[in-house]
Amino acid sequence: MSSNKASRIGEEIWKTRIDKVNTELVTLTYGTIVVQLCKDYDNDYEEVNKQLDKMGYNIGLRLIEDYLAKSNTMKRCTSFRETADMIAKVGFKIFLNITPQVTNWTNDNNQFSLVFDENPFADFVELPDDGRAQDELWYSNILCGVLRGALEMVQMQVEAHFISDVLKGNDTTEMRVSLLRYIDDELPPEDD
Amino acid sequence: ASGAAETRSTTANTVTVTSPSRANDDEPTDAVRHKLETTGYRVGQGLVERFSKDRPRFNDTLDVIKFLCKDLWSLVFGKNIDNLKTNHRGVYVLTDSVFRPFSRMSTEAGGQAIVRAQPYLWFPCGIVKGALAALGIDATVQAEVHELPGAIFQIKTDQSKP
Repeated sequence: MSSNKASRIGEEIWKTRIDKVNTELVTLTYGTIVVQLCKDYDNDYEEVNKQLDKMGYNIGLRLIEDYLAKSNTMKRCTSFRETADMIAKVGFKIFLNITPQVTNWTNDNNQFSLVFDENPFADFVELPDDGRAQDELWYSNILCGVLRGALEMVQMQVEAHFISDVLKGNDTTEMRVSLLRYIDDELPPEDD
Repeated sequence: ASGAAETRSTTANTVTVTSPSRANDDEPTDAVRHKLETTGYRVGQGLVERFSKDRPRFNDTLDVIKFLCKDLWSLVFGKNIDNLKTNHRGVYVLTDSVFRPFSRMSTEAGGQAIVRAQPYLWFPCGIVKGALAALGIDATVQAEVHELPGAIFQIKTDQSKP
């Protein structure tokens, strides 16, 4: 599927098939969750990153169902490049109304970046001024988990992490996504 | 496929194991409740700060409650409150007959749907408290579910207490 077509599909679904919620509600709720995690783990940001990723993973495992139901594309992506396009132009579009750029592919087509020009989670956010959060906390880390969980359910094992974030003073917010392997369909042993 | 089946049976087990013990051991539930309410409180406060700044000053408590029933409710839950009752002495009862978070819930027959829906009111309850606090009203808020998908929020402002 061409990249343009993916954009059109994303746009169409967003307009016609999505129940919208107020952006500020999402931003504030997500922010409050991160704050609560920082409290719960005593500002151990490594652990907060881990928990956010885990929460995202559990969301992703279920969210893929909703994605498939709404996108109704009915066929598998033929390459990881197509998968990336669908993630950015359909997935992010229909759930967050943003379209990150897909870029920085490696030559083997197994690794790409998502560059976020906008990120509703991070609106009016300032990281704690304790000299550590700026280095250690990946504020939007839940998104990495969502991708990992969602893709696992469609037979792709990926690794995802942020490599820059405007909240930390970087110029861009960039997530690196690597395909580790396609997971084979395994039959349950008792069905042999 | 085996993975999915396993997950499902584990979940089912957890439910049967935890529901009886929940009555005996209130502590973890109370902690969760407190955490969710506090989270909601912060969200309610933030929402009100952002969405009340351009409107005229509130005249009285009823004015605030109406703001809550219309503006805030449609912002958070996509619709207005269906019914507002007050005893004119500081108690307000808000009924949402199709509460959005409940609109797609279901359980098996005899699945204690009402009991199991209750925790989903903790976060919204916090939102209401936080919103009221941000508008200068100290109140206790209790949320109840009598019949899905309806939810009832009872607000007792300080005015109602002796």
